[in-house]
Amino acid sequence: MTEGLPVPSPAGLAGISSLTMDPECSQLLPALCAVLADPRQPMADDTCLEKLLDWFKTITEAGSSLLLLQGNPCLVELLCHMLKPQDLSSRVLAFSLRLTGVLAAQEDCFQYLQQGELLPKLFGEAGPLGGAAWTSPTVRSGWIQGLRSLAQHPSALHFLADCGAVDTIFSLQEDSSLFVASAAGQLLVHILGLSMPGPAGGPPSLQAGDWPACAQKIVGHIEESLRATATPQITQALNVLTTTFGHCHDPWTQVLWVRLSPLVAGLLEKDPVPAAHSLVDLLLSVARSPGLSSSSCGLWETLAQTLSHLSPTQAGPLALGILKLQDCPQALRAQAFAVLLQPLACVLKATAQDPGPSGVLDGIVGDSMTADMLLPSKAACVGLLCRTLAHLELLLPLPQRPCPWPQAPLLGAAVTLLQLCGGSARPTSDAGRHLCALLLGCVRVQRAALDFLGTLSEGTGPRELVTQVFAVLLEYLRSPDSSPTVLKKAFQATFRWLLSSPKTPGCWDLDPHALLFLRDLLPVLQKRLCSPCWEVRDSGLEFLTQMTRHWGGQAGFRHALLASEVPKLTEQLLRDPESYVRASAVTAMGQLSSQGLCVPPAGPEHPGGQQKSLLAELLHILSTDSEGFPRRAVMQVFTQWLRDSHADVAGDTEQFVAGVLQVASQDLDWEVRAQGLELALVFLEQTLGQPRSHCPCAVTPAVAAPVGPLAQALQPLCRVRLFEFAFRALFDCDRPVAQKSCDLLLFLRAKTASSGSLQESRSSPHVASVEAALQRWQAGDQAQPLGDLEPEVVLAVLRSLDLEGLQGALAESSDHVEKSPQSLLQDMLATVGVLGGNEADCY
Amino acid sequence: MKLYCLSGHPTLPCNVLKFKSTTIMLDCGLDMTSTLNFLPLPLVQSPRLSNLPGWSLKDGNAFLDKELKECSGHVFVDSVPEFCLPETELIDLSTVDVILISNYHCMMALPYITEHTGFSGTVYATEPTVQIGRLLMEELVNFIERVPKAQSASLWKNKDIQRLLPSPLKDAVEVSTWRRCYTMQEVNSALSKIQLVGYSQKIELFGAVQVTPLSSGYALGSSNWIIQSHYEKVSYVSGSSLLTTHPQPMDQASLKNSDVLILTGLTQIPTANPDGMVGEFCSNLALTVRNGGNVLVPCYPSGVIYDLLECLYQYIDSAGLSNIPFYFISPVANSSLEFSQIFAEWLCHNKQTKVYLPEPPFPHAELIQTNKLKHYPSLHGDFSSDFRQPCVVFTGHPSLRFGDVVHFMELWGKSSLNTVIFTEPDFSYLEALAPYQPLAMKCIYCPIDTRLNFIQVSKLLKEVQPLHVVCPEQYTQPPPAQSHRMDLMIDCQPPAMSYRRAEVLALPFKRRYEKIEIMPELADALVPMEIKPGISLATVSAVLHTKDNKHVLQPPPRPAQPTGGKKRKRASEDIPDCKVLKPLLSGSIPVEQFVQTLEKHGFSDIKVEDTAKGHIVLLQEAETLIQIEEDSTHIICDNDEMLRVRLRDLVLKFLQKF
Repeated sequence: MTEGLPVPSPAGLAGISSLTMDPECSQLLPALCAVLADPRQPMADDTCLEKLLDWFKTITEAGSSLLLLQGNPCLVELLCHMLKPQDLSSRVLAFSLRLTGVLAAQEDCFQYLQQGELLPKLFGEAGPLGGAAWTSPTVRSGWIQGLRSLAQHPSALHFLADCGAVDTIFSLQEDSSLFVASAAGQLLVHILGLSMPGPAGGPPSLQAGDWPACAQKIVGHIEESLRATATPQITQALNVLTTTFGHCHDPWTQVLWVRLSPLVAGLLEKDPVPAAHSLVDLLLSVARSPGLSSSSCGLWETLAQTLSHLSPTQAGPLALGILKLQDCPQALRAQAFAVLLQPLACVLKATAQDPGPSGVLDGIVGDSMTADMLLPSKAACVGLLCRTLAHLELLLPLPQRPCPWPQAPLLGAAVTLLQLCGGSARPTSDAGRHLCALLLGCVRVQRAALDFLGTLSEGTGPRELVTQVFAVLLEYLRSPDSSPTVLKKAFQATFRWLLSSPKTPGCWDLDPHALLFLRDLLPVLQKRLCSPCWEVRDSGLEFLTQMTRHWGGQAGFRHALLASEVPKLTEQLLRDPESYVRASAVTAMGQLSSQGLCVPPAGPEHPGGQQKSLLAELLHILSTDSEGFPRRAVMQVFTQWLRDSHADVAGDTEQFVAGVLQVASQDLDWEVRAQGLELALVFLEQTLGQPRSHCPCAVTPAVAAPVGPLAQALQPLCRVRLFEFAFRALFDCDRPVAQKSCDLLLFLRAKTASSGSLQESRSSPHVASVEAALQRWQAGDQAQPLGDLEPEVVLAVLRSLDLEGLQGALAESSDHVEKSPQSLLQDMLATVGVLGGNEADCY
Repeated sequence: MKLYCLSGHPTLPCNVLKFKSTTIMLDCGLDMTSTLNFLPLPLVQSPRLSNLPGWSLKDGNAFLDKELKECSGHVFVDSVPEFCLPETELIDLSTVDVILISNYHCMMALPYITEHTGFSGTVYATEPTVQIGRLLMEELVNFIERVPKAQSASLWKNKDIQRLLPSPLKDAVEVSTWRRCYTMQEVNSALSKIQLVGYSQKIELFGAVQVTPLSSGYALGSSNWIIQSHYEKVSYVSGSSLLTTHPQPMDQASLKNSDVLILTGLTQIPTANPDGMVGEFCSNLALTVRNGGNVLVPCYPSGVIYDLLECLYQYIDSAGLSNIPFYFISPVANSSLEFSQIFAEWLCHNKQTKVYLPEPPFPHAELIQTNKLKHYPSLHGDFSSDFRQPCVVFTGHPSLRFGDVVHFMELWGKSSLNTVIFTEPDFSYLEALAPYQPLAMKCIYCPIDTRLNFIQVSKLLKEVQPLHVVCPEQYTQPPPAQSHRMDLMIDCQPPAMSYRRAEVLALPFKRRYEKIEIMPELADALVPMEIKPGISLATVSAVLHTKDNKHVLQPPPRPAQPTGGKKRKRASEDIPDCKVLKPLLSGSIPVEQFVQTLEKHGFSDIKVEDTAKGHIVLLQEAETLIQIEEDSTHIICDNDEMLRVRLRDLVLKFLQKF
């Protein structure tokens, strides 16, 4: 089987194989290779092969492939086995090709495999390439990826030339499988890069004759494709070039561009421009390449030309790309910005009340585009507008955004678009009416325009326009036809605009205009909170929470809110049937209560009965709600309340913390338990009297607390049974909870490090019983409670626990055992074993 | 083919179609907006209404103060409400053969037509249409008859006086034809003339046309109608819906290939999306009730109310409104709720399948069982003892002029905690509220109209591709208040023909064919001859017999035995009455070959001239003209019969005979 290959001496093996591979794995490998080579034992799972290959890659990256091969002759046997005519599964064949490539990436191993003629047999005409297996895209893909791995050294280049692989790759560019075609293109890029001299070699001259043969062949192929009439061929060539300029910035790329740019520019003369998207990608890739000095090779001219030749839809991404470039001539930037703004300028022009020079973007955009270009079909119009808005939204926060930024016209355009979609625009021109009919009720444009409008809130605008912005937002919030997603975005945009509304100096309250707006807004919010659609109720509550967080302390806001039904409705939503809404209502109520904006619960649900306090209501949710979201929200609210010393909590903090921890410790949702630890930490910090640092573990125990007061200080923690909660969490089946608890206890131990006087309690019988209980807990039996703990016992237990060790174990990913290569090999063999067993049963 | 348009109301149509020899009335809707000009009829004496000041002319003349009352700047007629009937003068209604009803809202004028015009035909409608239509009429009659009003105002209708009145009374049209409500006796008599039909059932009218109802998806038993002869098809689309609500979905496919499609009953509120409105309805309802207020929903006893109850069924628990009582008050409330459950075959698929479970198709049954929904015939009796606030009341009439709703408006109007939610689109809510002003209660307008909107219409027309569309004039231009909304009108090619009240339209197509049957023995005797591949011709001699709009070719009668037959002996003796049959000719004459043939037969000096229609062959020597045209050939020669026959025979050589 291994005929023709030098067989390594067994003596050399023992020591070497342990360097490359675990002995356990080495033992399993022959069996696995035999399974892979056996067509009767199909591999059920592709991912195993992928993992196997990843493992080989790790091994070969760390050590010598040659030694690996020599240490495990079964691998070569497997590869040789592939050459036999047989009914092998395409997956295994593809795997073998890829494995060969991985191994042959090292030149000595390459030579070793060459000696046995294995490589030409696997990758040449004699291999799968000429056989029936080639019809499977998996095999073709494996062939390409094998070569991609293999092509790492000059010998590989010769090999590729000798076996005619490059021509096969050319043809694979047109493969019916997109994955294969794309991989073929990337392989070409890789080979081209490999064959050209590196940065130290200096660029080749423009003369084709000076280029290495392989590079010459590939570039020739690209040139031919660029001259072709068929768009797919041109697309392939452009994609190969895009990848080349994107990945390689060696000096030769500039020469390549100088050579090919006339051909690329030639594409612009065709009508329509073929493969426009790929062309845009290429030009941007070239423009971004640090290897090219753009001014010297006519790139700016080509970009300008392309901008003017492409349709608005195609030119948008190019314009955006140009505007994102760091160094680019001002004229080109202006042109690109004009292209980007065109669709919006059209909308404004079509809807302008009196057509004339008042078209607000006229100064920036020429007359080149008329509304007709926007209007051919609804899909085209909507697509173009959404893309334009998204592009502008991306551009706005960038430092290199065009200056001056046409804030006012853009605001106007966004408002107009929203009015057109909502049906409140009253265009007088035919184009405007047509546009109105196309956009009416279009959710996509509504969402894009609302997002854009929200982003524009970072700038200012003329008062008149801002009034229009608020009017259109209110219109959307009011309209019964606004879809839930549109409403959510309208709420978000509204919040951003309220945030940006001008502030009176020295006062954080809303300005008078915004307060007037708020008066109109609250009834709308009220109605939305009663919507039959839960998404709407939910986004209404989120909006309320945000507003309360920002302006809850301000008189104007408080007055308006308290005069409305909103707080009462929010309280009622605590009992909403939808868990997300309950969660949002909990958060909102928590916020309202923190700001003293809660009204005592009343209404038809509590006709005259005993009214519960909000704290009791939230505790009730925490202990009884069947869904996790509301309970998590309650825990967050409680933690915040504790942090802020909320009035309901400050009265009897210990009782509050004890109650919450008791409920949280029994919760089935790990996030609730984790949040419980967060609350415990806040309480701990408050009790120990030290403001919290963000990372509890980072606190150095330089200043240890004195002993006497320490024991005293720990008393409240013991009373609220914080330690029982934390110890229980330490052995939680959910890792994040255990980690958090570990961090908390480490923090506590660090704070109490050098309190020697308490050490004697280590030997007390109480400590022993606690430690025994903890051991049982760790073993999974958490039934037994710890009972009342004394601070001394706690400290002793803390010291005796190997918290660092536990932390280390928890830091390992949970599947670290299962992820080992040995486990992988065993799994693969076991799977096949199971299959084999079934087969035996059948007989 | 003519269309007589008796109603100008696009959703309450009444048109008469003359098609072949039949006269078919399409719907007879009753425009009830006229009642908005009248004062409400309170069930319980209302001091506010009875103390309204009388209206007097500007010069102080108060002779109308008994008839007209003023309330918050509006003037109302203090009399029994009256309705605006369809035109009765445009066409003699006694000549109407049949009336086709498309849905229960479009039959409310039926008693006026069947009982007072000499109508003697048949009315066709589906069973749910008749049953629910009866409920609507019963409710209407009940609402009006239970509050007898001694006074009947007529002075104001005098044309000279009407001119002096303020708007909208001044502009009310044809007030002289307005009529008081019919009686239950008239309703019963009218309904007895109805013949029940099922979807896709073919009904022959005098052998001339066939009419077929199709599901229109709008209401229980609502139908569109196909009216067709053998070669013409007219579709009547009235009140259709493509939304998934309770009725069977609309049958669109059968509307294809129509010559004319008459399109009425589109949504009255094209800008309001029913889904959004239902959401709005629920939100406002919950908001009011949570604040301790009551909600009043003026509505018809059938239709959208079923869908609203279904939405509320799903919503009340989630909105925490389980303890809020829902009252449905109507003289026909019980029948309506029960009827809806028994028309399973007329419901959408989803609801039909429930019947087999077995479950009631509508969830309002469960609401009733759990006491969440209670229904009463009127607010007297049980209701007053059960009544608990806050609550939600569904009751009629949506015009707010009669019915139990009047009482609730008076009762709840003064508190801003309460809300009235308008869901029926038939009446302007502002006009409906006018006699209750000033009003403290909140008013919400959530019109729910599930009928086709213009986007759906344009898709429908693309799908069914009628040759011509006929519709009310309101649909051919955007609504006056939204003139920029080009999308709110029918856009089709060729442009739709529009009609308005009291107009007669000549429908734009000519009948070109009529189907004739041929008797078997006659057919047996035919000898077809193939003149082109696939086309055969045969001559037939027969007698055309026409009876009941059916045409039959029968063999000609055998001739009586000739008395002195022996005197004449001719080959064609056995059919003496018929002329000798000349063969039929077909084909065309190739001029060049014809000229060559003429030359061969000794004619010389031949000239050919081209004319607009063919050729003239001039035989100069013989002073003869042969005119060859597409469908005729003339030989013009001077009394030379021999020559003519020779030439004729030469011409005939080029033609096929059979």
